[in-house]
Amino acid sequence: MNDPRLFQGTAAARGSVGEPVRHESAHLHVSGEAAYTDDIREARGTLHAAFGLSQRAHARIKAMDLAAVRAAPGVAAVITAADIPGANDVGPILHDDPILAADEVQYLGQPIFLVAAETVDEARRAARLATVEYEELPAILTIEDALSRQSFVLPTVTLERGDWGAALAGAPHRLKGSFRIGGQEQFYLEGQVAYAVPKEDGDMLVYSSTQHPGEVQMVVAHALRVGVHRVVVECRRMGGGFGGKETQAALPAAAAAVMARHTGRPVKLRYDRDDDITITGKRHDYLVEYEVGFDGAGRILGLDLMFASRCGFSADLSGPINDRTVMHADNCYWLPNVRIVSHRCRTHTQSNTAFRGFGGPQGMLGSEHVVDEIAHHLGLDPLAVRKANFYGASRDLTPYGMQVEDFVADRLFDELERSSEYGLRRDAIRKWNATSPIVKRGIAMTPVKFGIAFTATFFNQASALVHVYQGDGSVLLNHGGTEMGQGLFTKVAQVVAHEFGIDLDRVRVSASDTARIPNASATAASSGSDLNGKAAQAAAREIKARLVAFAAERFKVSPESIRFAANHVEVGEHRLTFAELVRMAYLARVQLWAGGFYKTPKIHYDPKTLKGRPFFYFAYGAAVSEVAIDTLTGETKLLRADILHDVGRSLNPAIDLGQIEGGFVQGMGWLTSEELWWDGRGKLMTHAPSTYKIPVASDVPADFRVQLWARGENVEDSIHRSKAVGEPPLMLAMSVLHAIRDAVASVSAYRLSPRLNAPATPEEVLRAVTDVKARAAEAEQRKAAA
Amino acid sequence: MARAPRSKTPADAVRYLLDGEIRTVGAVEPTRTVLQHLREDLGRTGTKEGCAEGDCGACTVVLAELDGRRVRYRAINSCIQFLPTLDGKALVTVEGLKNRRTGTLHPAQAAMADGHGSQCGFCTPGFVMSLFALYKTDPAPDRIGINDALAGNLCRCTGYRPIVDAARTMYALGRAVPQRDQDWCTAPAGSKSKPAAESEAGLARALKALRRGKSLVLGHPGGTFYAPRTAAELAALRVRLPEARMLAGGTDVGLWVTKQHRPLGDLLYVGAATDLQRIVVTAEHLDIGAAVSLTYAFSAIERAYPASREVLRRFASPPIRNAGTLAGNVANGSPIGDSMPPLIALGARVVLRHGDARRELPLEALYLAYQRMAMQPGEFVERVLVPLPRTGLQFATYKVSKRFDQDISAVCAAFALVVERGTVGSARVAFGGLAATPKRASACEAALTGRPWTEATCEQAAAALGTDFAPITDMRASAAYRLAVAQNLLRKFHLETSGALAGAPSRLYDLHQVPA
Repeated sequence: MNDPRLFQGTAAARGSVGEPVRHESAHLHVSGEAAYTDDIREARGTLHAAFGLSQRAHARIKAMDLAAVRAAPGVAAVITAADIPGANDVGPILHDDPILAADEVQYLGQPIFLVAAETVDEARRAARLATVEYEELPAILTIEDALSRQSFVLPTVTLERGDWGAALAGAPHRLKGSFRIGGQEQFYLEGQVAYAVPKEDGDMLVYSSTQHPGEVQMVVAHALRVGVHRVVVECRRMGGGFGGKETQAALPAAAAAVMARHTGRPVKLRYDRDDDITITGKRHDYLVEYEVGFDGAGRILGLDLMFASRCGFSADLSGPINDRTVMHADNCYWLPNVRIVSHRCRTHTQSNTAFRGFGGPQGMLGSEHVVDEIAHHLGLDPLAVRKANFYGASRDLTPYGMQVEDFVADRLFDELERSSEYGLRRDAIRKWNATSPIVKRGIAMTPVKFGIAFTATFFNQASALVHVYQGDGSVLLNHGGTEMGQGLFTKVAQVVAHEFGIDLDRVRVSASDTARIPNASATAASSGSDLNGKAAQAAAREIKARLVAFAAERFKVSPESIRFAANHVEVGEHRLTFAELVRMAYLARVQLWAGGFYKTPKIHYDPKTLKGRPFFYFAYGAAVSEVAIDTLTGETKLLRADILHDVGRSLNPAIDLGQIEGGFVQGMGWLTSEELWWDGRGKLMTHAPSTYKIPVASDVPADFRVQLWARGENVEDSIHRSKAVGEPPLMLAMSVLHAIRDAVASVSAYRLSPRLNAPATPEEVLRAVTDVKARAAEAEQRKAAA
Repeated sequence: MARAPRSKTPADAVRYLLDGEIRTVGAVEPTRTVLQHLREDLGRTGTKEGCAEGDCGACTVVLAELDGRRVRYRAINSCIQFLPTLDGKALVTVEGLKNRRTGTLHPAQAAMADGHGSQCGFCTPGFVMSLFALYKTDPAPDRIGINDALAGNLCRCTGYRPIVDAARTMYALGRAVPQRDQDWCTAPAGSKSKPAAESEAGLARALKALRRGKSLVLGHPGGTFYAPRTAAELAALRVRLPEARMLAGGTDVGLWVTKQHRPLGDLLYVGAATDLQRIVVTAEHLDIGAAVSLTYAFSAIERAYPASREVLRRFASPPIRNAGTLAGNVANGSPIGDSMPPLIALGARVVLRHGDARRELPLEALYLAYQRMAMQPGEFVERVLVPLPRTGLQFATYKVSKRFDQDISAVCAAFALVVERGTVGSARVAFGGLAATPKRASACEAALTGRPWTEATCEQAAAALGTDFAPITDMRASAAYRLAVAQNLLRKFHLETSGALAGAPSRLYDLHQVPA
């Protein structure tokens, strides 16, 4: 029954694999009918909860007087750590992340109690009425602080290959330096929210805006000290996730469930935006130091890289995130002799967490910065230095020992260089800059190579459930993935429709639900459609195989002659509608539902040595950005972006295009306008959209040319040879930062390399411009003196 | 707290139109927001809360109001709009756009859905409403116009390109709406459709029927909401209730409620006073009433001073400018309010009214210290007077912020120089973001006045800014950066006015126009 001919494409049905159909909920999004967790009709007696937050970065709680909170209008209950029946913990790997801090607070904004009231307003007003007495403890707020005090959430990791020390020492050219990379708030438009509804006999139903219902289920069960089978977690959709609801959703869910158990009433906990940004983890900020040895063509001979990230007060996912930094520090470049050191700094700030790219972007910026510095030093076009260092034949082994078997960044580069007219434009920009005293333009082209799979091998599994209803042949699909806007439900439904040869609207996807699919991995690591698509395909194929066997027997034809296409099934000379065959099969007592399972092949990885084949394959892309900067204010503007991205054979080109454009713009925000700023007490002051600035429509270039790579095809047996597209495009935005560097360099007539940190805010750009000018003037003076 | 006698506050109710029906809401806390009302009272959960401070646009709704015999439409942020301000208006939410008979999506909705303008969908209702407002107010926006219309809406998924495209394709979809389905909702601005005109006339009649004979007074234990219909009535109430909070657009006051949970007590709403809703152009100035929205005030100021265009269009977002008033921005006296530096540089004055008495102040004299204004109890800003352009005036204003659109300034600068035969006759220089109030730079002005308008003078004046200001460091910018940028903006102004640029651009805004 595994004859691949049975599973050939069925293009004649509407909405099959490869078609640019719109998001399955698009019509509901635009009409306001799509229900998010806070939109679910509330059960009678629902209470609304709000956290009381620590006002110190690091302190011992000496006394907490909650009398005023309890007495506030509408308040039904107030709980502290002591009221949690089970584990006071939401840590996904280490158990160092309390639901409510008990004695010691470890960041400003950490939840210390929970109040529930009749209305949202009453709960939030009451939460401010606590009197807390703190005994202040020394707080570590910066990466430098943590490094100097050896404050780490996890041990330092070092990955080495070759004699990097000797390679550095013997290289014709050497450079060393350091730079910083800022963090990033996920800024999902729908804030964290959970709604816990007590059921009979101690069961709990939790509606949670989460990328990982299975983990929320487990955390809730442990907090309530009940069997995991007594907790059901459901999520129809999220209003954005971006990694920010991978582990962070567990806290509001656990807190709401504990309060629901405590009061016996349904409890909803929805963070106000300020609380959301104050409480939750973000993308890690990094300090990067490097020393590189290279030859006259800019080829890297030896590289020593140090990454130190701010993890915050607990480990959360910082281990795998920083591992991914290490494993993406090569980006597309062959590093024959290399050391990569990764420090995971513990600070008294929010516990940083997953965010699209998961540490990869910071690693890639490391080598991109290095190649850019090399180019400046040698007076070469950075594009040439990038090409000179690309992986290639007999230089295809990553520092972690995985062979790069599917390298296409060179081909993407060549195509994009031509189509974007990079060379002509670079020359024109240099001429133009000479005539423009205030506004300067810059251009840069950067590549992306991103490893696809969870580095924790066991996460690379998925299950799906497909039901075919005998009444009309319609199909209900459920899988372990979650929908956060990325179009996963649409793509997986397309896969199932394709298998049955039926129109997409005959397949309905139901909410993610731990009662239907147990033990599902987080929808993360860009793996949603790879894993769930394959699992759903397996389930559909099982049903299809049963239908084929039934039809072959009933109509006395060979199984190979049966075709599913255009909502019909061709059985020898007979042509039935899909619904007719399903009905016949039902009457003949054929099982019309199936579970499907998938585990990613080939991957293995030793987290201790960081060696192995952690990734199934790589996704690639390339981008050219052209920017303008104002050298008097430091403001920047992206004028044009050209992108060529490899999604393999696209499951849905419209959705993939949306991921690429959206990822690029989100990455641009990370590297330009989005700045997290803590005051001296460790209070995050950029906790709302008034102070934290994500891109808006006018930041997107009027000239925005995005192409899926027409020749893309996954060399591995992924779902329909497609490639994951969630995270990789974010890193296309490195081209924006490097274009800004190019523009800044123009003020020294390209003689000096700018010292520019990310994010390149106006202040940072003006600082870099002023610094380059000062160094250029100094150099002039030295020359004159000599 | 002063409270009006009970006998004079009979039970009254807010009346507004929703989906063609009159809604009557009595006994409501005056600070209840439109968003709370929609989601919690009416169960209309299509409108979302993203930030509860008017910065993300997920809560955008559209108000329809009578403007003479016509109906005008404006997007606002429902999260910070108090429910009683809906009185007499029609509220349009995302649920109201779809044709209820046929189930057909509105052109703005269909363009978004078919053009892949939604991913997670949470911001989408807000975008749809901003697009709807654009559809009803601009028959053919260009890219800049679309950017402007969407400046108050954040999307974290799409990267905006498909939304910008939807803002173009919705007009074509609108033209394709069958005759029998055309009404005021489906017809774009400038439509010649007869059924649409008839339907809009019906809406106008319904709005007219909501007009009150008496001012709205909404009693509530936490405070009474007064919506006087004339300036005189407002002035009298202001004298009688000097402790009452003035409320105009509520774009700042709203946050005191949603973010700080402050009880506000009695509220005096400016927006119902029809005689304060006007701009009068006299021989000397624009006379802008206290209830005039920033949108209308800015369009008048921009006509008089085209150089103000960039700063004024970068002021907050359309929903904020549609709700907020110029007088409110001025009276609020924020050190980072962007209307004050250009107005101070232009020599604007405010008319303060107390009962029937009025006095005028130069705008800069209104600001005594951080959030302390030169206003007496019972006084309020009745009008703002903006002088009309004089010959020989060189005027420019600049804004520097992390994001181009809808951000709060690190520095806002305005320069107004009268240069005669190469010499600076008079100089008015004002900054926001450098001090506890919007402030003139007197040392800088002194260094300019009477001097030749040269680079050397410019450098001396720039140095003088160091004595004018000692800015602070915060999340928007460091003190050093603020001062450096202030000085650089003066240098930029000099370069722009001295002909030294030879056609080279001086502002990134100039590069927003490319390409076709």
